[in-house]
Amino acid sequence: MNDWPALDDFLRTDPRDVGCAQAMEMLHVYVELVAAGGPAEQRYPGIAAHLRACGPCGEDFEGLLAAVRGEAD
Amino acid sequence: MVNETPVTAAGLDPESAWWLGVLAETGPRREAALARLHELLVRVARAEVARRGPRVRITGPELDDLACQAAADALMAITGKLGQFRGESRFTTWACKFAIFEVSAKLGRHFWRHPAVPLDAEDWDRLPDRFGFDPAQEAEWRDLAAALRRAVDEELTARQRQVFVAIVLNGVPLDALVLELGSNRNAIYKVLFDARRKLRSVLVANGYLRDDSSRNS
Repeated sequence: MNDWPALDDFLRTDPRDVGCAQAMEMLHVYVELVAAGGPAEQRYPGIAAHLRACGPCGEDFEGLLAAVRGEAD
Repeated sequence: MVNETPVTAAGLDPESAWWLGVLAETGPRREAALARLHELLVRVARAEVARRGPRVRITGPELDDLACQAAADALMAITGKLGQFRGESRFTTWACKFAIFEVSAKLGRHFWRHPAVPLDAEDWDRLPDRFGFDPAQEAEWRDLAAALRRAVDEELTARQRQVFVAIVLNGVPLDALVLELGSNRNAIYKVLFDARRKLRSVLVANGYLRDDSSRNS
């Protein structure tokens, strides 16, 4: 058997994944926790799993985190 | 699936309380607060389109127009949803989220102004690039690609196949596909999630991928 890491990563699903609706609803809370250096992944494992797998929500997370950090500067 | 939405709201910080209070008023104080909020949203939307701009091939005035429209629509969404703010974050973080979402939605809409591929094409030649298959190992991955294609054809539902083909083979951004199919991000993600799980299961069962399903992330 061969290793196809990119394909394997893409097809692999995490049962903790909460989906876009819940991740979007809680994104502001999750982002503030990350920005504050808090245990976001431990507190919200399903959102963390979703943000790793969902490109659009991951982009929104990066954007909001940048905004929060920018506003704090 | 675990619900990670808190059911109780935290106490409001003073700044957030000020925003909520002044936006509930009528008159010049509210107008001034709206103008200040709009300035913040424009700043955030501009930064976000600049961050994403290089990847979405939009530049110059068009990008700035998109940011301003996103900020205006975000302001409207925020004022209509003030009652939904539960104080779990600063008010401005919650508000900025709408600007980010509006930028995403508008970039998705922009994709269809210059679509690179028709929605129903099946560009299987993209597969090696998409998943970084090494040309030197072509003999091996051709077998895998054929198995994947067979699984897509035989195991997926029509909807799963449509979403998989559009996103994976044709490179259609998920937010753009949402608009084209008149759906929402959550629904399309769920279709793709189920397709991914099904395809992996078939490839594992046929010995193309390792079975280590206990691994998370």
